[in-house]
Amino acid sequence: MSLKKFFAIFACLTFLIVSLSCKKQEEKTLKIGAIFSVTGGASFLGAPELKTAQMLVDEINSKGGLNGVKLELIAKDSSGSPEKAISFAKQLIEENKVFAIIGPSTSGETMKIKSICEDAKTILISCAAAEAIVNPVAKYVFKTPQKDSYAAMKIFEVMKKKGITRIGVVASNDGFGLAGKGQLEKIAPLYGVKILIGEVYDKKSTDLTGVLTKLKARKVQAVVNWSIVPAQSIVAKNMRQLNMKEPLFQSHGFGNIKYVKEAGKAAEGIIFPCGRLLIADSLPDNNPQKKVLMKYKKDYESKYGEEASTFGGHAYDAVIILAEAVKKAGTDREKAREAIESINGLAGTGGVFNFSDQDHNGLDLDSFAMLTVKNGKFVQYEDK
Amino acid sequence: MAAKKYMPFVGLIASMVIIQIAASALHREYYLTQLTMSAYYVLVILGLTVLMGYAGQISLGHAAFFAMGGYTTAVLTTYDLGAAGSPFAKLAVDMGLSTVSTNAYGVRIEHLSPWVALAVAIALTAGVALLIGIPILKLKGHYLAMATLGFGIIVYRIVLGSRVFGEADGISDLPPFHIIGNLTVSGKPGLRIQNYYIAAFLVLAGIVLLSNLVDSRVGRALRSIHGSEEAANTMGVDTARCKLMVFVLSAVFACIAGVFLTHFNGGIGPSEAEVMKSVSYVAIVAVGGMANLWGALVMGFVLNYLSLRGYFGSFDELVFGGILIVIMLFFPDGLLRAENFTLKGIRENIERITRSSSVAYRKVIGTAKKKE
Amino acid sequence: MKAAYQTPPSCADHNDMSFEQCFQYILSGVTNGSIYAIVAIGFNIIYNTTGIINFAQGEFLMLGGMTAVSFASIMPLPLAIILSVAVVSIVGVLIDMIFIRRMKKPSILNMIIVTIGLSIMIREVALHVWDEKVRSLPYFTGNEVTSINILGAYISPQVLWVLGVCGVIVLFLGLFFKFTLTGRSMRACAANITAARLCGINTRNMVTISFMLSAAIGALAGCVISPITQTQYDSGAPLAIKGFTVAILGGLGNSTGAVVGGIVIGLLEAFSISVMPLAYKDAIAIAVLLVILFVRPRGLLGKREEAGLKEF
Repeated sequence: MSLKKFFAIFACLTFLIVSLSCKKQEEKTLKIGAIFSVTGGASFLGAPELKTAQMLVDEINSKGGLNGVKLELIAKDSSGSPEKAISFAKQLIEENKVFAIIGPSTSGETMKIKSICEDAKTILISCAAAEAIVNPVAKYVFKTPQKDSYAAMKIFEVMKKKGITRIGVVASNDGFGLAGKGQLEKIAPLYGVKILIGEVYDKKSTDLTGVLTKLKARKVQAVVNWSIVPAQSIVAKNMRQLNMKEPLFQSHGFGNIKYVKEAGKAAEGIIFPCGRLLIADSLPDNNPQKKVLMKYKKDYESKYGEEASTFGGHAYDAVIILAEAVKKAGTDREKAREAIESINGLAGTGGVFNFSDQDHNGLDLDSFAMLTVKNGKFVQYEDK
Repeated sequence: MAAKKYMPFVGLIASMVIIQIAASALHREYYLTQLTMSAYYVLVILGLTVLMGYAGQISLGHAAFFAMGGYTTAVLTTYDLGAAGSPFAKLAVDMGLSTVSTNAYGVRIEHLSPWVALAVAIALTAGVALLIGIPILKLKGHYLAMATLGFGIIVYRIVLGSRVFGEADGISDLPPFHIIGNLTVSGKPGLRIQNYYIAAFLVLAGIVLLSNLVDSRVGRALRSIHGSEEAANTMGVDTARCKLMVFVLSAVFACIAGVFLTHFNGGIGPSEAEVMKSVSYVAIVAVGGMANLWGALVMGFVLNYLSLRGYFGSFDELVFGGILIVIMLFFPDGLLRAENFTLKGIRENIERITRSSSVAYRKVIGTAKKKE
Repeated sequence: MKAAYQTPPSCADHNDMSFEQCFQYILSGVTNGSIYAIVAIGFNIIYNTTGIINFAQGEFLMLGGMTAVSFASIMPLPLAIILSVAVVSIVGVLIDMIFIRRMKKPSILNMIIVTIGLSIMIREVALHVWDEKVRSLPYFTGNEVTSINILGAYISPQVLWVLGVCGVIVLFLGLFFKFTLTGRSMRACAANITAARLCGINTRNMVTISFMLSAAIGALAGCVISPITQTQYDSGAPLAIKGFTVAILGGLGNSTGAVVGGIVIGLLEAFSISVMPLAYKDAIAIAVLLVILFVRPRGLLGKREEAGLKEF
């Protein structure tokens, strides 16, 4: 290969790369970066989160922006892979010079970019649930989903009232399922519950009759499933088909009416903890979250034609927290960060947020309500 | 004559330096980050090119070797020797195998030196490649493809399912890798230029090594195996040993790339061992022209760079899948051959494509008409 | 089957597994196994006529399920299924005509890469056409909670449909290849393609028909399992991998082998849960694949000469 040809090729490439990377001058806006898993295995999280974020940013801009400055949302699709999240985080921070980053959707990705954002003094409001994101606390890193441990505690509270002491736990092999299973195992003894069998299945499993048969043979009094779609509906259907009459508890990953439709009649009677978005209409009017929830539901459903889910709500909360901070303290990063920590009583979709310098999640046990499925709809769970 | 042979290497060095200076001058140094990441993927692709293009052995599981390197160093360098208290840990410290670094939370941790991790990773990967290679390389064609695919999936399931590998979340907060003096492999923004040159150096070393290999006796033996294994055997070439050697070599290339990139990224997740990653490596080798080291290098940089910058957006996999099909249908000899860029070559290609398209079109219409 | 009427010794010593539990595992294993067998038979049909392993086979099942769900919202279920099988068959034909016929230098490597590329493309197109949500067909009979008791094991009626449909497909293919002219022509191509051409068989068309047939049975299988396993844009790939394993286990190109292999893998997976954590269930098929490839590549029922690679 002669030198001329080689240089020709390399010159073209360099030109291509540089020209594709050049950007034109933009007007002054407040740049917010977003990294979501819109495609890939976590798309049920990333897709509604992206839609919600875009919807909210458009709404804020149509009202004149924050403190008169319009927002610009720069969103990237990481497909759930950490190396892309790292690459995008660096890109957003160094090239686009974003003020803050919302997301990522999964815990694995968040943990990889936690130190990058902390070093770069860029606010990161994650939509992922792992405790490790805010514990140990990093000054610039926050998260909006509720703690898994609270979900587990809520489930055990109900079990205690029902007198259930022997259960079986099945969880999917992704970060969410494993974290939940870990919490269940840790907290069960505190409520006098013994986990007879705890099994992990591949999140793409299509048939769980095997493990459920095992649980049935051990005569557990209840089954807890910690996973996301599609396994949630499959567990429900398999249990009924195996003629298992024990109650089925699910995680807060069950938060979308579509999963109920998927499971059909098998979904009746499932008990699970969840943010109040799904029962927004039946909340009493003086509930602090009702207004926010009803508005989010209405806006999302009318704009996108699909039901709102609690996952999109995590992005909603992230944006309103940022908006609140900017309104209070302007665009200085250190001041905005402190403003977030001083937020109290902010009603979001996940709950009512009360941050502090030690608590970068802001939600407590009460952010969860216990829901159940009755006649194909979500209703608040009443223990009789 | 000799000068002409070294031209491409000089060209490569020159281009890398020019890009870096341009980036710094235009205050766009952040592009170097994605170029550095791409460089490490190119290292994997170079090894794979020799295996697939010259030795003719398809490997649909190469990402597994990359993951082996990355995870080994991740596990070893995040293992806190001080907290462990085991006699093995004490031994490691006494032997001077450890270093101390400060992690993201300001805590000083004593852990195994990344050099130790690198050595262990190479030994482990080479060992596994040797072990797996012996039975796998006896297979041919589809069986070989599926065996490598199966191997890749098993490694993926292992890293996904084991607590020690962080399961679905992977491992984060790796300490930086001190090479010599102030040279460090790490993702910190201030060290960007250093890391760019470290990666570029590794790519240069890699392609020099492989070019020499390909032009040597071993390389000719490999090409003869690709042409016809029986004939090569008749000529006295020890095909089994050659194939195994190339397999292990390409695995070690992937492993080294894994170690360095994991330290640069500061973490690794199971997505690095996925089937899709292996397939994208194969796609890039195919696009570059199966037996074309320089083609693979250029396409490796371009495609990985674009993918990491998010240019393909949500259509990333579609692009790689499309590339696979287009290349195999229209350019089975590779896209970046010198002939394709001459005017004559371009004309011939256009003719060929339109001819086969019209033939196919006529066939489809023809059969449709016949049915009427 | 002897095992159903005499409690096998292994059933009795693990955690006092009862007969009902054992039978439940057997049913579950045979159900999954028959789906794997259908995928493997799809591979075999194309492999026999062309020597290509179609990595996109799993996608035919996914497409069958997805199109049927889309059609089922505007027409009665049986019509939706028939239509989706037709549509996916056309897709199979198009794949052959647009991509496979164009291959200028069909080396094994090239064909593998093209079919992998096709599998990815189909998956991504499905993602953008249908989005990432999970969907499923309604149950053919009964609904999500009906349960039938057979000798103490409980199954959904859909399971009987799966077993029934797979059985009918195997039977139909057996008759097709033995008694129809087209079927026999395809077998001729499988045996020796040059000789077939010399006999005046239009081998090009046989290739197209084999793609169409594979796609059709894949789509039908995809429809029948959709109520119980649910369909998503990426549900094709795991099925394809298990399908390869079964095809190779039974001997590539051998349909009886595919059925036997499918049942073996299905049962292995079902009973594995009683001896190892569920998390490793999916690794079993891969481990079996590697063992078979290393030890006996021609599979259980393959003949030695068939293990040689075919010409395209």
